[in-house]
Amino acid sequence: MANEAVKYVWEGAIPLQIHLHKSDVASHPAPPPALVLAPRIGYLPLLIPHIKPYFKDSLPPGEDSIWFDYKGVPLKWYIPTGVLFDLLCAEPERPWNLTIHFRGYPSNILIPCEGEDFVKWNFVNSLKEAQYIINGNCKNVMNMSQSDQEDLWTSVMNGDLDAYTKLSPKLKMATIEDDFSRKASLSSPQSRQGATEMDVAGQVKTARVPVRLYVRSINQDFENLEDVPEIDTWDDISYLNRPFEFLREEGKCFTLRNAIESLLPEFIGDKAQTSGEERSKDDDTEEADGLLREMGEIKLARIQGIEMKLEIPFSWVVNNLMNPEFYLHISVLVKAPQR
Amino acid sequence: MNSGREVSDGRLTVEGFSVAARAFADKWKIHNQSFPPWSWVPLINRTLHLSNQQEEGYLSLEEILILSSLEESPEDESLNVATDCLEKEESVDHTILVQNQENEAHYYDFHIVYSSSYKVPVLYFRGYCSGGQPLSLDVIKKDLPSCSVSLLHESKWTFITQEEHPYLNRPWFKLHPCGTEDWIKLLSQSSISTGCQMPVDLYLVSWFSVVGQVVGLRIPLEMLN
Repeated sequence: MANEAVKYVWEGAIPLQIHLHKSDVASHPAPPPALVLAPRIGYLPLLIPHIKPYFKDSLPPGEDSIWFDYKGVPLKWYIPTGVLFDLLCAEPERPWNLTIHFRGYPSNILIPCEGEDFVKWNFVNSLKEAQYIINGNCKNVMNMSQSDQEDLWTSVMNGDLDAYTKLSPKLKMATIEDDFSRKASLSSPQSRQGATEMDVAGQVKTARVPVRLYVRSINQDFENLEDVPEIDTWDDISYLNRPFEFLREEGKCFTLRNAIESLLPEFIGDKAQTSGEERSKDDDTEEADGLLREMGEIKLARIQGIEMKLEIPFSWVVNNLMNPEFYLHISVLVKAPQR
Repeated sequence: MNSGREVSDGRLTVEGFSVAARAFADKWKIHNQSFPPWSWVPLINRTLHLSNQQEEGYLSLEEILILSSLEESPEDESLNVATDCLEKEESVDHTILVQNQENEAHYYDFHIVYSSSYKVPVLYFRGYCSGGQPLSLDVIKKDLPSCSVSLLHESKWTFITQEEHPYLNRPWFKLHPCGTEDWIKLLSQSSISTGCQMPVDLYLVSWFSVVGQVVGLRIPLEMLN
């Protein structure tokens, strides 16, 4: 049974204003931009059937190879639309103005996307990877029947949470749990599916959570998000595809800050703020390093368009805000450590 | 987290990968002199100014020149590799070395990158011509051993896929890591009689003895000792 937060996530959408790139305009006058509502958990190429009709009469002859850019930066089509928006627009722009191209695919920068199949397989491969991280193997995804896999993908494409909720139990993903979520589930009437599988009495188990971290580093401080400089290229962003690992122990609960800091050990954060909290496990090596330098600072962490309070329990964040392929995508804006 | 001296479940820790990578590169240098050596590229992240205490990185072998052959013997489907080591005589097998139909040399880069998701190494590669233009998979297929090509036809999306390089923001080809831990475990079982332990030092050597064949790179048997 899907909860409230998950419904909001699936319903999240971004208004786009799509402009045809001038080099693709073969009509006079140039066509007006297309307005499309893009699901956050979806992918840009899936919008093409909705966008193309607006522009088809203006296109030059030839075959289409469609791609999008935002202020000159080619958009990576395999990143969920909501994540692209959260990452590239420090100050959210509504509608989000994008440019669509029908020619001149930058294949030296972007991997090809020649149709829905490409997007689907990107999704399935991410799902396999996430399952491998959570369960330790991806046999459930591999063993899923073709039609179930199709139906699961279709439910994501259509933003159909009900259909997805009926199919996702077939994946048998272990639940992500720490002491906070265990206590929360004890007080709720619903039983947590799969909790007993992973909970071996008396044993400490290492759990892994699929996380994709997109980090923008700024050198100077800023007052408003409007003052954050624009991204010129993807080289301005560090992409970290690595799982958050933790030992499930009695009394242990991780915050979002703990998770981000453990993935970015150089950003242990302001000492005054973290003195009362859990420290990341890299604490000791940091001390041993002996270097005194000003730490970097996490200025902003966005998930599903929400500017997160870093003290929120991480297990809640994962269980409620992850994408349908079971990855938690976090856009982070950091102030770089001074040297 | 220590790397341990042995691997028993087919997987590597990130520290284990660093150890295994250096061991692999060293053995390659000694036993595989017809090839240029692998180099270790540390991950010093420019934007984050990360300086990792445990040095993370990947192995790189670049600018390998491939010339297609007219006649291929069925038993020996290694890539006919030319190197620019002029001092040494290249080991030429009995196939005829000619340039491919486009009359162009094909260059290949290979990177061995650690996957923290799968806890195994992953092979990334790309091909390009002397002008630097990337080669498409259709063109690359002509340079690959035929068994790889037929496997490509069967499993279009799960064997060799074009994905973004984890660190370089460019499209590369990747050999899927699903299943790696299983066949590494099999390799460990067959080579050592006591349990299925594999010394970390030998991990990449064993791994590459299988994976390298997919892209036509063979390693001499001496490396496995």
